[in-house]
Amino acid sequence: MKFKLAAIVAAATFACTTHAANELKIGYLSTLSGPAGAIGVEIRDGFNLALKMAGGKLGGLPTEVIFADDTLNPETGKQLAERLLKRDRVNLMTGVVFSNVMIAAWPTIQQAKVVYVAPNSTPTSITGQGCNPYFVSAAWPNEGHHEAAGHYAKSKGYKNMYLIAPNYPAGKDSTTGFKRGYGGTIAAEVYTKLNQLDYSAELAQLRAAKPAALYAFLPGGMGINFIKQFVAAGLSSEIPLVVPGFADDQDIIRAVGEPMLGIFDTSHWAYDLDNDANRRFVSAFEKEYNRIPSLFAEQGYTTALLIDNAVRAVKGKIEDVPAFHKALMAAPARFKSPRGDWKFAHNGTPVQDYYLRVVAKDNKGRLVNKKIGTVVSGLADFWAKDCTMK
Amino acid sequence: MTGILFLEQSLNSLQFGLMLFLLAAGLTLVFGIMDMINLAHGSLYMIGAYLMASIAQATGSFWMALPLALIATAIVGALLEISLLRRLYERDHLTQVLATFAVILIANEGVRIIWGNQSLMLNAPAGLTGPVTLPGGMQYASYRLAIIAVGVLVALVLYFLVTKTKVGMLVRAGASNREMAIAMGVNIRRLFTIVFATGAALCALAGAMLGPILAVQVGMGENILILAFVVIVIGGIGSIRGALVGALLVGVVDTMGRAFLPAALREFLSPPVASALGPALASILIYVLMAAILFWKPQGLFPARG
Repeated sequence: MKFKLAAIVAAATFACTTHAANELKIGYLSTLSGPAGAIGVEIRDGFNLALKMAGGKLGGLPTEVIFADDTLNPETGKQLAERLLKRDRVNLMTGVVFSNVMIAAWPTIQQAKVVYVAPNSTPTSITGQGCNPYFVSAAWPNEGHHEAAGHYAKSKGYKNMYLIAPNYPAGKDSTTGFKRGYGGTIAAEVYTKLNQLDYSAELAQLRAAKPAALYAFLPGGMGINFIKQFVAAGLSSEIPLVVPGFADDQDIIRAVGEPMLGIFDTSHWAYDLDNDANRRFVSAFEKEYNRIPSLFAEQGYTTALLIDNAVRAVKGKIEDVPAFHKALMAAPARFKSPRGDWKFAHNGTPVQDYYLRVVAKDNKGRLVNKKIGTVVSGLADFWAKDCTMK
Repeated sequence: MTGILFLEQSLNSLQFGLMLFLLAAGLTLVFGIMDMINLAHGSLYMIGAYLMASIAQATGSFWMALPLALIATAIVGALLEISLLRRLYERDHLTQVLATFAVILIANEGVRIIWGNQSLMLNAPAGLTGPVTLPGGMQYASYRLAIIAVGVLVALVLYFLVTKTKVGMLVRAGASNREMAIAMGVNIRRLFTIVFATGAALCALAGAMLGPILAVQVGMGENILILAFVVIVIGGIGSIRGALVGALLVGVVDTMGRAFLPAALREFLSPPVASALGPALASILIYVLMAAILFWKPQGLFPARG
C-alpha cells in the first residue's frame, strides 16, 4: 500500500516536472506596416540581428520566430495573438509596439500562460497594479523617457511647457511622466487623434500660445509629419522643441533630414555610447542593414539577448514560469547590453540611466543623435509602487 | 493675436476643404451622372499619390512628376471604368458597393506588392519647404499656400468646364436627367469614361498635393473617402457647386473644431474631462453637421435633380 502510494506520488511528480523544450517557438506580434510600421521594423531588425549573431539559436535552442502584423489595430492584434498561441502553439511571446494593441492582446497572452518579453514600452496598467510574472520588459517603463525629459526641461529652466501627445494610453502616460519630472507650469496639454497626419490646427494654436518650450510625444509617422510641419510653419526658430528619444531617432531623421538639426531628446541609449557591447551592436547593425540603428533597434536586440540568457539559464525549461521569470529577472546582470548596465525593478521594468542627446552631424557628415550628457541615473518605474508581486 | 490665430486656422480650413473638394468633385459626378456608388474612388487617390511619389523620386522634380502622375492615374481610372465599372451601371447599388469594395482590397494588396508595406516619402518641392511671412506679420507654411492656390485654380477650371463648354453641358444634362440625355442622343458611354478619368485625375492631384503633408501609405484612401462621401451628401449628389460648398464646410468645421473646441470646453469643464471629451467631440463634429443638414435638407444643399 505504502509502496503504491509512493509510486503514485512519484508518477504525479514526474507528470508535473516540465520537460525542457527542444525548440523555442517565439510569437512575434508587431506593427510592421503603415506609417507607424517603421518602429516595428526597427525593433524586428534589431531582434533578428541578435538572433543571427547567436547562430539562429536563442539560449542554445533552435529558434523559430513567427511574425504577425497587427497593423496598429487592437482587434487584429488580439486575433493574431490568439492565432499565435492557439494554432501555432508558441512558447514565448514578444514584439508588440503600441500600448493599445498590448492592452487588447495581453489577456489572451496571460490566459495561455505564456511569458511575454516586451521590446517596447508597456502601459502602466500592466506594469503597475496588474503586474505578474508573465511580463518583463527589455525596453523602458512607459513614462521613463518622458520623466527624464521633464527633468531636462526643469534643468533648462523653461518657464512653461506646451505638451502634445496622441489620445491613447501611452499618450496620457507620456504627459503624466513628463509633468512628474518637470514640476513646473503647463501652458496647455493637447491630445490629438492617434495616427493623425495633419497638425495644422494644433500648430496654429501652439504659435498663438507662445510657450517657453514644446514637448511633443508623437511616435513613428506622426512624429515625422509633426516635425516636418513644425519646421515648415516656421515654428522651429521660435519655440525650442524637446522630444523623447524615440521621436527624433534615426528612423525619423532619415525621413525628415536637415530640419531636425539641434533638437534635444532624452534616451536610455545612444549610438555613440561608450561600451564594447554597443560598438559591436552598432557596427554589426550597420553592416547588416546599411543604416545607423535607432533606440528601437537596440530594444529589439536587447530583447533577444535577454531571452537568450534566461532560456540558457533554465536550460530550456521555459514552461516552468516561476523559474523562467526568476531567470529573466536575474539576466541583465549576466550579459552586456548596448545600453550599459541596467537591472529590473520588481515589476519587470528596467531601472536604467537616461542620456541627453542632440541631433547633429558626425565626422562623416551624417545626421546622428549624439549623446551629450546624462540626465538621470537609475530611473525606475514610478508605478512599480503599485505592484504587489515580490 | 486671436485675429492672427483665427486667420491661420481659416487658411488651414481652406487648404483642407479644397483638397476634399478635389476628391468630392469626381465622386459626386460619378455618383450623380452614372448613379454609381464608387467606393474605389479612394483607391485612385492612393494610386495617384504612389505614382506621384515614385515618379518624383525617379525624375527628382516635383513639378515634372505632377502632370505625369495625373495622366497616369487618369489612364488607370479609364481602364477601370472600361473593364469593370461599365458592367455595373445597370446593377443595383448593393452590387456596386460589393464590387468596388473588392477593388479597394485588390488595389491595397496590389500597392503593397509593388511598393511594399512601408509608407513612401514625398517631399515638398524645393523652395516651398519653409514658411512665408504674410501681410500682417503672420508666418504660414508656403506649401500649404501653394495647395490653396492649386485648389482655387482647379475649382475655377472645373466651374468653367461645367458651365461654359459642350462637355460640361452634357455632364449637367446627364446629372439632372440621365434617361433624357440618352434619349437626346448623347454618347453616354464615352461621356462616362471621360468623367471617370477626370475624376481619377482630380484624385491623383489631391493625393500628390497632400503627399508631402500626410503620408503616402496603403489604406490612405479609405480614411479620406469617408470624408468625401460626407461632403457630397452635404452638398447634394451630382452637384459640383454642392461639392465645393460641402468640402469647405467640412474643412472649416473639422479644423475649427479641433482648434477651438477643446479650449472652449476647458472654460466650463474640469481639465481632465475637457481633455478627454474635446478631441472625441471634435472628431465627430462633421458627422453632427451632416446629420443636421440631412435633417433640414434631405437632398443636400444643392441637389442636382430638381
